[in-house]
Amino acid sequence: MEWDWAFVIQILPTLIEGAKITILATLLGSIVAAIIGLVIAIVRRSKNRLISMPMGFVAEFIRGTPLLVQLYFIFYVLPDLGITLSPLVAGVIGLGLHYGTYTAEVYRAGIDNVARGQWEASKACNLSARQAWTQIILPQALPPMIPALANYFIAMFKETPLLSAITVLELMNQARSIANYNYRYIEPITLVGAFFLVISLISVFGLRWLERRYGRID
Amino acid sequence: MGQWAGYLQLIFDGAIVTIQLTLMGSALALVMAFLAGLGRLSRFAPVRWLATAYIEFFRGTSIFVQLFWAYFVLPLFGFSLTPLQAGVLALGLNVGAYGAEVVRGAIKSIGKEQYEACTALNFNRWQGLRYIILPQAFVLMLPTFGNNAIELLKASAVVSLISLADMTFQAQVVRAQTGSTLVPFLTILVLYFAIACVISFAIRGLERHLTRGLDGIRS
Repeated sequence: MEWDWAFVIQILPTLIEGAKITILATLLGSIVAAIIGLVIAIVRRSKNRLISMPMGFVAEFIRGTPLLVQLYFIFYVLPDLGITLSPLVAGVIGLGLHYGTYTAEVYRAGIDNVARGQWEASKACNLSARQAWTQIILPQALPPMIPALANYFIAMFKETPLLSAITVLELMNQARSIANYNYRYIEPITLVGAFFLVISLISVFGLRWLERRYGRID
Repeated sequence: MGQWAGYLQLIFDGAIVTIQLTLMGSALALVMAFLAGLGRLSRFAPVRWLATAYIEFFRGTSIFVQLFWAYFVLPLFGFSLTPLQAGVLALGLNVGAYGAEVVRGAIKSIGKEQYEACTALNFNRWQGLRYIILPQAFVLMLPTFGNNAIELLKASAVVSLISLADMTFQAQVVRAQTGSTLVPFLTILVLYFAIACVISFAIRGLERHLTRGLDGIRS
């Protein structure tokens, strides 16, 4: 088998269509993961053990099981319960839920890193719990978390090919259908690999920048 | 109820394949992690470059793409792999790249005085590594290795897509035959979680065992 540049040019537009969906799924998944992670982290801090313990177990369970099976679960089981989701929506929820359990740990570490005196200060200023969170704790806790969060979003980006298993027409799925149709595997699969490698290498530099900008805790 | 016993048997057969994959993949990953991790600390620049290229390549491309590459593209270059071999190869090389950074980080975190002690005892580089540095560094690596093994277990579900009959694949078979989706998928979710718990339990036990002699040395 030889590498065929003409074939590469011919399949490139289809792959770019797929790449758009891959990037869209990553962006939406990141937003969902950021929100779910925050919810899990705050619920796990609850003083009421009846609330915090089950949440902890659910988060551990999601983290201990494969994303692929979770995607199948969301895509195939929920319709039986009357909830039908489009493949992309199911994929974004799956990615967001799975990585939400990881980002929850980032939030937890970030919140624990805020000095105790800050909590006492907000109590001394007679702030309500809500005010303390939004005005005092989160503004200090969030910036140092940014590099760690970005790290998980890059990891999520590399997991998006799994969405092809639930029929999302993202990059990997486009490449597979091209490969199966033309019976040429070298070019499409290698191009997908190259695409991920290039984006990952670029994001490593982006991550270093974020670490310099936000990573330090003064 | 009788029919479910047969389907459950299918899923257990799949579980054995998943466990095999996890064990063999972890073994390969461990070897690669030490090769590449020590390679990055080598005195020889080409070895460092090679190790860095390996790590960046396998961390930078998706495990899914690597698996497909191993299974569909390698045969075109004359290396035909069975699905199991392709699975072990892709999983081991991928997780090994993550493990390599763990090895490097742990070795670098060992204090300078330990290296000076190696020199003082007239150990050569290999002896120092073997008798002084690694016994201490390995304990630091263990918890992260445990996490990596669980990541490998989870990633192994992907091999179902190259027609290897692992647990996820068997769940799909059961789904196709019975039309029931909840039971097979819930069963394998619980089984995956159980295997992950066993891994983290085993690693914690190993850690306790290995740190026994190190009491008082490390703060």
